[in-house]
Amino acid sequence: MNLARVIGNVWATRKYPTLEGRRMLFAQPLTFAGAEAGAPLVMLDTVDAGIGDVVIYVSSTEAAVPFRPNLTPTDATIVGIVERVDHLGTTWRTTPEDDEAAG
Amino acid sequence: MTLGKVVGTVWATRKDEQLIGMKLQIVQQVDLDLTLKDSFVVAVDSVGAGVGEIVLYATGSSARQTELTRNKPVDAVITAIVDKLDVPGTPALTEAVEA
Repeated sequence: MNLARVIGNVWATRKYPTLEGRRMLFAQPLTFAGAEAGAPLVMLDTVDAGIGDVVIYVSSTEAAVPFRPNLTPTDATIVGIVERVDHLGTTWRTTPEDDEAAG
Repeated sequence: MTLGKVVGTVWATRKDEQLIGMKLQIVQQVDLDLTLKDSFVVAVDSVGAGVGEIVLYATGSSARQTELTRNKPVDAVITAIVDKLDVPGTPALTEAVEA
């Protein structure tokens, strides 16, 4: 699993049937220090994430696991919303407001 | 899934038997502002996308997660045709998709 920040929405009417009713979000992958890493991806959402949220996502075939037994052609799926990251002795919160609140 | 633009079609008469009947489209990856990037793939089309359309495609073993491509020698599949994109701070996406 990796971190990403949700940056946008995608709408598609014609899509593979098992994608019906699934939210699709544009997300920018992040390093565990919070820096942008690589190009944005479209991910399926299982947790009602919104624009600006930092999320954890699974990639590769495992991205289809949350939707079993349906066959779902996704290679990235959001499975959690992140509040805080402790990494190599540093801590960061996922929204600037939280950082201020934490002092 | 990755955002791409269908830029062409591939015909192949001699191919693995498991690929018979599949429509093979050339999909070029696009940036957030829909400019074409260098990378492209040949993807099996599961939704009936046409040349010029902006699509989403899944790659790797995830491409075999459709009834059409299950257990077939496929590593890219077009899964959706994009109607609209909304990425705050990136202008004119919708117009470009519609164009």
